[in-house]
Amino acid sequence: MADRHEEAQSNTEAPVASETNGRSSKPSGRRFWVIVLAIVIGIVVYAYAFETTGVNLDEIQDETRQASLVRILRAVAHPDLLTYEAVDTNLDIQFMSPCPPGGFTPEESDAGGPQITVAPSCVEPGGDITVAGSGFDANRRGDLLYIATSGVEIRLGDFLTDTDGQFTEVVSTRERSSDEPQTIRAVTAVTVGSIFNWQRVPTGVIDAKTGEEVIVTSPRISNTAWDTWDKIIETVFLAFIATTIGTLIAIPLSFFAARNLMKDIAVPLMALTSGVLFGMIGIGAGLIMLRMTRRASESFTGSTWVALVVLVALLATVWFAVRWAMPQAEEDQPPTRVRVTRLAVVAAATIGVVISLFLLASIMSDIGGWLGDHLGPLTFLGLFVESLGDILHLLVSGGIALVTGFVFMFIGTRLGMALRKRLPEAAIQPVNTLLAVIAGMAAAVLLAQSIAWLYEITDPAKTLWWPALVGGLLGLGGAFLARGKESVGIGLSVYYFARTVFNAIRAIEPLVMVIIFVVWVGLGAFAGSIALALHTTAALAKLYSEQVESINTGPIEAIKATGATRMQTIIYAVAPQIVPPYISFTMYRWDINVRMSTIIGFAGGGGIGFLLQQNINLLNYRAAAVQMLAIAIVVASMDYLSSRLREHVV
Amino acid sequence: MLKVEHLTKIYDDGTLALDDVSFEVPDGQFLAIIGLSGSGKSTLLRCINRLIEPTDGRILWNDVDVTAAGQEDMRKIRRKIGMVFQHFNLVHRSKVITNVMSGRLGYVNPAMSVVNRFPKSVVEKAHQQLARVGLEEKAYSRADELSGGQQQRVGVARALMQDPVIILADEPVASLDPVLAHGIMQHLESINREDGVMVLCSLHFLDLVHRYADKAIALKDGKVVFEGPPRDIDDDRFKEIYGKEAERIG
Repeated sequence: MADRHEEAQSNTEAPVASETNGRSSKPSGRRFWVIVLAIVIGIVVYAYAFETTGVNLDEIQDETRQASLVRILRAVAHPDLLTYEAVDTNLDIQFMSPCPPGGFTPEESDAGGPQITVAPSCVEPGGDITVAGSGFDANRRGDLLYIATSGVEIRLGDFLTDTDGQFTEVVSTRERSSDEPQTIRAVTAVTVGSIFNWQRVPTGVIDAKTGEEVIVTSPRISNTAWDTWDKIIETVFLAFIATTIGTLIAIPLSFFAARNLMKDIAVPLMALTSGVLFGMIGIGAGLIMLRMTRRASESFTGSTWVALVVLVALLATVWFAVRWAMPQAEEDQPPTRVRVTRLAVVAAATIGVVISLFLLASIMSDIGGWLGDHLGPLTFLGLFVESLGDILHLLVSGGIALVTGFVFMFIGTRLGMALRKRLPEAAIQPVNTLLAVIAGMAAAVLLAQSIAWLYEITDPAKTLWWPALVGGLLGLGGAFLARGKESVGIGLSVYYFARTVFNAIRAIEPLVMVIIFVVWVGLGAFAGSIALALHTTAALAKLYSEQVESINTGPIEAIKATGATRMQTIIYAVAPQIVPPYISFTMYRWDINVRMSTIIGFAGGGGIGFLLQQNINLLNYRAAAVQMLAIAIVVASMDYLSSRLREHVV
Repeated sequence: MLKVEHLTKIYDDGTLALDDVSFEVPDGQFLAIIGLSGSGKSTLLRCINRLIEPTDGRILWNDVDVTAAGQEDMRKIRRKIGMVFQHFNLVHRSKVITNVMSGRLGYVNPAMSVVNRFPKSVVEKAHQQLARVGLEEKAYSRADELSGGQQQRVGVARALMQDPVIILADEPVASLDPVLAHGIMQHLESINREDGVMVLCSLHFLDLVHRYADKAIALKDGKVVFEGPPRDIDDDRFKEIYGKEAERIG
């Protein structure tokens, strides 16, 4: 191979050199006009872009707009992280109404700190009075109250101190006459404590249970901050679940989208068609097996203990059966009789395994439920085991038809190859054609049935006869095209199919996908996880497959040369080479998923985005600022963490 | 007896790599294949175990048509043909012992290798082969920690794991210095002499051909231009194989 490479290089050198010479000798005048044209086109493009995106500099300079911006920026700069307990401070000043004969001089406190005065110190009932304050903190709001001699409080107005801590307000007194001095009270709410000076504040509320007064700390973490904490944890785990599940599915799929692995997969047409037929039979058989095994397992699941005993016995039997049927090393192929027996044993063992999985799922559900009731604070572990049981049940139910289909397809392919070898040369083409027509018909009908389900078509002419005819003709055409050929390259078709599917899924943003899943599984992080996991699967499968395509082909060649099967070649020559890039890409994807999961809540996918969107819609920018801060911290630390991990692993 | 009959290989881009090549190799012979870079040596060796599919012609091994073998039969044939490569083609990130054991993949149960397990007998055999090439103490090192010469010895041990009847060696010493080159060639020689394994080895240096080979064939532009004992390659023959301007080195 290396030899050919050198040849190819020396061939291409000459034309490249002459081309560069040609380009540099072009007249420079033309080049000038090309540049001018490019600039003009550039300006036009930009002008149109301005027009369509609505770039408007007047808006930026508008004062009300600027004021709004300032308001939001200030709110964002004060994230609602801490709640301060406020304590009212009262300042009293006395006055007389009506004026006593000798006039009245209120007592003035000579203590430092805030003070208020009234002028005049006595008025006719209902007259105006000027309240002035000094020594307050700047920009502090407060209320002015009138306290009658009976002790009744009436609000007169409020005040706002200026930057020097002073205020002057004119208020109207009430029409109440008294010989006693009456009181005007300035009430300011003062927050207690600071980040550096945490205070314990009695609230005056009596706890109903303990009968003691509730004492709170000030400042304390705000409710918004607690909610944000809850949601950011949910966000991180959403990303975690999506990444791990997506990775697990993407790894095997990525091999199907790797050109270098797929391009020389070719099977004889007979093997292909019988594989397709057997695959479809396999799916049907799988569905029957599903029903049987589920019924069989249900007869043991009444009691957890019975199920457990049956499970252990089954697994032991399966273990020994498989040990017998799959010896570790064998020099030569055993006689057909032994192989058929082995196949039967393996098939029986598979049914045993499926029943065991169902049993295991139900046992896990039982144990999980029990643990959930008895673990106390660790209830979530019990619930987790229970969910695992449910997931297992779901996976086995869903996977079994597919897996049986694959196994049957594999067997069908082998049978097709064996048949082709035994048939006389003259019989190959007719048998090929027959099988291709049947396979084409069956595949087309299956496809038509699923389309019919989607569009609710019931007319048998459309769902059965026409598809069968078209499929049969396609099979006939395929057989005609493949006549005389040793084998047909099926690998590249699979490759293109896988690529197309991955690209299509990847093109849909998880934010859009989540809408479907919200409809399906309801609002919340579960819908978000599924949407992200699906997108992750497609994106990673593509990235992974590109890594597979760029590996060193030497080891593959070497392992193939030892007589290894395709599977073994992948495990021993491909897998070790792709471990570092796979880890690297997974970390990268985990990073992306954390970022995605912060906004997937915008579309109802759970996580912190839900909270953020809510607060933005409520114009509660201080709360939104907390969520933005949390996102920034999490994304930045994930970024750091993943880059450190990547350095370590790769 | 390996018979190559009218073997032709045309690559997809139209390159004619092998042009009607025919020769015979009796059991136990050490055959050297010489020729310029790009003369088709690598293609020829890879056609024999069908890592490259020949376009035309037949390869008969003990009267079994290798070129007509199906997938499963080809696997059975390949496991009896060991291969040693110019760039060693070890899996760098795997342990030396894993690299050696992978030579046995054609024999073990494929289902077991899915979980990366080898039977005990294979592990023992791998240790024996490593001992034979003098690398027993490196068994659990990573392959890329080894020097070039050591890596090629691992490559030889991997081929030995197959209990080969034929060894195809594609310029096994072209990336090594002369001292190491002789070391590797001596291993191949001992496998050839002691175990009676047929060796087909492409080589660059004529002195290695003279020293180790029973017979040589020379390729030029995909055609056989010389076939005979190495001592028959005189200066005229040399110029014929390597071109008029070529100078002999070594």
